[in-house]
Amino acid sequence: MKPAPFRYIAATSLGHALALKAEHGDDAKFLAGGQSLIPAMNFRLAQPAILIDINGIDDLAGIRPSGAATRVGPLTRYRALQRDAAFARAFPLIGEALPHIAHPQIRNRGTIGGNLSHADPASELPAIALALRARFRVQATKQERWIEAPDFFVGALTTDLQPEEMLVEVELPSPKPHTGSCFMEIARRRGDFAIAGVAAMVTLGSENECTQVRLAFCGVGETPVDASSAAGGLIGHVPTEGAIRDVAASVQKMIEPGGNVHATADYQRHIAGVLTERALQTAYQRVRDGH
Amino acid sequence: MDIDHHEITVSVNGIRYTRRVESRLLLSDFLRHDLALAGTHVGCEHGVCGACTILLNGEPVRSCLMLAVQANNHELLTIEGLANKDGGYHPLQQAMHDHHGLQCGYCTPGILMTMTAFLDENNSPDEDEVREALSGNLCRCTGYQNIVDAVMSAAERMRG
Amino acid sequence: MSTRTFGEPIKRNEDRRLLTGQALFIDDVELPGMLHAALLRSQVAHARILRIDVTRALQRPGVIAAYVAGDLGDYWQPGPILVPPPPIEGIVFNERTQVPLAKDKVRHVGEPLVIVIAESRYIAEDAFDDIDVELEPLPAVVDLERGLAAASALVHDDVGSNVSAHVRQTKGNYAAAAAKADRIIKRRFWYEHGISSPIETRGVVAQWDSRANQMTVWDTTQAPVFVRNGLAGMLGLNERQVRVIAPFVGGGFGPKIMMFYPEEVLLPWVSMKLNRPVKWIEDRLEHFFATTHERGQIHDAEIALTSDGRILGIKDVFLHDGGAYDPYGLTVPINSQCTLLGPYVVPHYDSTFTQVFTNLPIVTPYRGAGRQHGVFVMERLLDFAANELNIDPAEIRRRNLIPPDAFPYKNEIIYQDFEPLEYDSGNYEPVLDMALEAIGYKTFRDEQAAARLQGRHLGIGVTCYVEGTGIGPYEGAKVQVQSNGKVSVATGIGTQGQGHLTVFAQIAADQLGVAVGDVDVVTGDTDQFYWGAGTFASRGAVVAGNAVNEASKVVRKKALKLAGDLFECSEEDLVIEDGKVSIVGIPEKFVKLGDLANQANPMRGAVQPGTEPGLESTQYFGPPMGATANGVHAMIVEMDPRTFELKILKYVVVHDCGTVINPMILAGQIHGGVAQGIGNAFYEKLVFDDQGQLLNASLADYLLPTALEVPRMELAHTVTKSPLNPMGIKGAGEAGAIPVGPLFAQAIEDALDLKGRGVELLEIPLSPSRLFELTRNAPR
Repeated sequence: MKPAPFRYIAATSLGHALALKAEHGDDAKFLAGGQSLIPAMNFRLAQPAILIDINGIDDLAGIRPSGAATRVGPLTRYRALQRDAAFARAFPLIGEALPHIAHPQIRNRGTIGGNLSHADPASELPAIALALRARFRVQATKQERWIEAPDFFVGALTTDLQPEEMLVEVELPSPKPHTGSCFMEIARRRGDFAIAGVAAMVTLGSENECTQVRLAFCGVGETPVDASSAAGGLIGHVPTEGAIRDVAASVQKMIEPGGNVHATADYQRHIAGVLTERALQTAYQRVRDGH
Repeated sequence: MDIDHHEITVSVNGIRYTRRVESRLLLSDFLRHDLALAGTHVGCEHGVCGACTILLNGEPVRSCLMLAVQANNHELLTIEGLANKDGGYHPLQQAMHDHHGLQCGYCTPGILMTMTAFLDENNSPDEDEVREALSGNLCRCTGYQNIVDAVMSAAERMRG
Repeated sequence: MSTRTFGEPIKRNEDRRLLTGQALFIDDVELPGMLHAALLRSQVAHARILRIDVTRALQRPGVIAAYVAGDLGDYWQPGPILVPPPPIEGIVFNERTQVPLAKDKVRHVGEPLVIVIAESRYIAEDAFDDIDVELEPLPAVVDLERGLAAASALVHDDVGSNVSAHVRQTKGNYAAAAAKADRIIKRRFWYEHGISSPIETRGVVAQWDSRANQMTVWDTTQAPVFVRNGLAGMLGLNERQVRVIAPFVGGGFGPKIMMFYPEEVLLPWVSMKLNRPVKWIEDRLEHFFATTHERGQIHDAEIALTSDGRILGIKDVFLHDGGAYDPYGLTVPINSQCTLLGPYVVPHYDSTFTQVFTNLPIVTPYRGAGRQHGVFVMERLLDFAANELNIDPAEIRRRNLIPPDAFPYKNEIIYQDFEPLEYDSGNYEPVLDMALEAIGYKTFRDEQAAARLQGRHLGIGVTCYVEGTGIGPYEGAKVQVQSNGKVSVATGIGTQGQGHLTVFAQIAADQLGVAVGDVDVVTGDTDQFYWGAGTFASRGAVVAGNAVNEASKVVRKKALKLAGDLFECSEEDLVIEDGKVSIVGIPEKFVKLGDLANQANPMRGAVQPGTEPGLESTQYFGPPMGATANGVHAMIVEMDPRTFELKILKYVVVHDCGTVINPMILAGQIHGGVAQGIGNAFYEKLVFDDQGQLLNASLADYLLPTALEVPRMELAHTVTKSPLNPMGIKGAGEAGAIPVGPLFAQAIEDALDLKGRGVELLEIPLSPSRLFELTRNAPR
């Protein structure tokens, strides 16, 4: 399983990389961690004529707290996210999800930008990006724009990135105070793609009533699914088991899982409900008990 | 298209090599065939089995998911560099021998590179941590139990 | 003989090279001028070949040649039948073996169409884009029952149906027995066993040296002698001109013995044609199609019992998916048929199977080799009987075990070694008792109830099996003391991780009084040892090991005779140990073995007519039939009742394989077998669509168990020696894999209280999603 021939260029700067992409458009692909791209090339499912290696562009990696948000460079490796204790504290959803992403050897190379740009429907970070209301800065040689997470993920393995664009920054708004988070997934083995996964955030007011609930899923649609609206009934109340079960039932009605070789669509729908209950319950307990 | 070549310099097990390679040459193939370091094995070429694991600047990576050109100016450690120069085993190699942690031996180099790096980071793991660290390496022969025992035993010895 | 290393966990001779990355595996073979092969394979399961045009491929720089079936001329022929049909009355067998390159028709996805030879594998794969292939797709035969229907497409048009074989074997009179039964339980079962998926795939390197007139082939085969013989015949060479070397092989498990694989046939021919060495390494994607599978059976089985749970008889009719060709005969379904009987007294048995041609890859033995399927049927029938008759599942098994005084126990029907099935020895009840004790069977119900109060769902399973091992025809070994005092052992079988380099060394070391580390074992090189069958059917230690033992005994006798002549004393006054022969009680009167070897090969003087120089011997061992090992597995699982995720809390194996040579190596074999059994039961499933396309052809989606899915296992064993060989040993290579499917079914049913909810698990593999689907309409 050897890749087809291509021209390899090690980009020396962001400007260089973008200029190359502008010149070659869809004939070129950026090489970041390579943990999704190279297997696809080895299977010859992907055959880019040009590979633009951006691993040498140091500016593209880094975690920079910036006011009420944190800005993460796209070339930041999963391993770096895992090792940054402050980051894991600030974004417990990501901290909890990272051990589910493949294995340490993959996490040493794979990048957050690569993951988000690849937009695998079963991937954890796109769902978490939805839950956090992340924004993506996307750049081409002549322009730059911001894209909200829901607008970024357009379809299975498809983003809104235009042929000449690169994701250059991920902006993660900090969760509000008094917010509990929980990320959970069901996979056949640790590190496998999720059969379904949920990112839940519960924000409480002074009476322990929900003031905000975010709920996003991976694995149950062509894109990550923002199901926060299913939790509307929790707002203003202290969540009860019954109310949480209702949210789960709403989620199950909302989603359109496709099934795959590992699970029927109905099983995915079923566990999306189970995960909703368990993640909401845990997120609530965490904030209520002050974790 | 014309074949695209690049000159690269790589340090492998402390020795520097300068070679001209085709851009699409996988790092695993470069090590095995261009440098004749055939101890790194290829099991799947899609990043799942872990047999091809080597250390890149001290971190375990899948060499089948890297191009040789990407290793330019980096330091690699492969299985051939794990034992001492006089042939003395790394404690984990000794422990694998003592605990019968290998049968056909094909996955073994990848496991040794992964788990020696793991022990450098976590020198007193419990069994669950060892199994989790090992879960990115597939073995079809041993059922993993003896490998886990070997890692726990090596950890104890390395702690002194 | 002293057995000072028998039963000792001697560490392995082979480890150093493997631990330091110095062992030679097939892809490590590098030869000057070597070319690389890649095979363009059919993407369609069933089609007529209309046209293959390689013209453009030949124009690509770096491509040396591209061959289709027609280019092979007379060399193109279907492969030999490896295991002919056994001598069973009324047997139907339609022999259709695989071909080196498809001609006229393709019959499974992955069947090779073209072999491309290029300067590198990279370029060879590039050339696929240059090859024009026109196929006329035909409906694919995938479902076994539909494949036997009159309207089905035919995999082999000239057979007239998709029946590869039909066999009925009986013992006693089932119908009469059933008429007297208090209870008859009937079910339909589906059992699928997946693929071997060793971490190293297959490979072949062929080097024709036209000046030396010699063909050397490196091959990841488990049967180098057969490959050598077959290749010599095909290539028109003498056997002596062909050397087949099985180097270190990264896991075999059965499918590496299927020969002749197309690549084994093609590479030597190409090398001769181009007068260059050629290498082919199977990549992982190819492995899913190009190496054999084991796959599935459908059983309609019934068991007739008394009200106290004693088996009166069993009737079973099953379909077996044999794949597109049947070179391995009926080994897999015959194993199912025979092993179903298990360790139990089954006075009456009526078993019929039909092996079906399908447009899927060839089926040949994979660790367990069909035994799993039979064991699943029997163990499930017993579980359902236990439930209906209100007998404890372990107790119903106990009541049916063959008693220890009934051996040799004749089951009459023909087994895979062509002999009537006979269990040589066994003592089954203590094995069951030990397993129940180790798993905590007596106290489990209380633990289960207590856990349930905490919302945890625990379940227990206990399953029994026998394993026919150590079959003939024979193996041989040459043992030689060298002048440096070290011992060399050569045998014809190959090694894929079983520790032969240590186990055979132990046998020789014990006979010859040398250190295990001073015995150098060579396996799998036909120039080092000429005769043999191969490593399969759990026979390596039994058959080749016994040959090593016989040869070592002769060498020992020779050494004692020589030393006796030297010291002018009788052999009874001598002792061999530490590499020396000395007079009992007078240790300073000794001669080193190496010196004796030297003296036996003099530069001057005379070697008496009728004697042989040197201190060596070649001996053969052929057991009259297979030796039957047995065991019990027990497991406690925890199920998440909502997600159906499973966690193994405790796993126990108690088994009996007779005399144990190296308990450490034996335990490793059990661990590995159980891991594969766990994969088979709950993780590994080949997902084909109705056109024979494999939808999960990657290790990301064909799920091998990792260190997080395989638990720590507790092992114990008993020793009931085999009377069939002087060492009393039985095979153990497949034992771990055999009873795991029904164990999962039983334990999951128990954890989720499925019997109480009217759900029965009748299939393997299972998965959380499948369990959800099976239980979604059951009451809570």
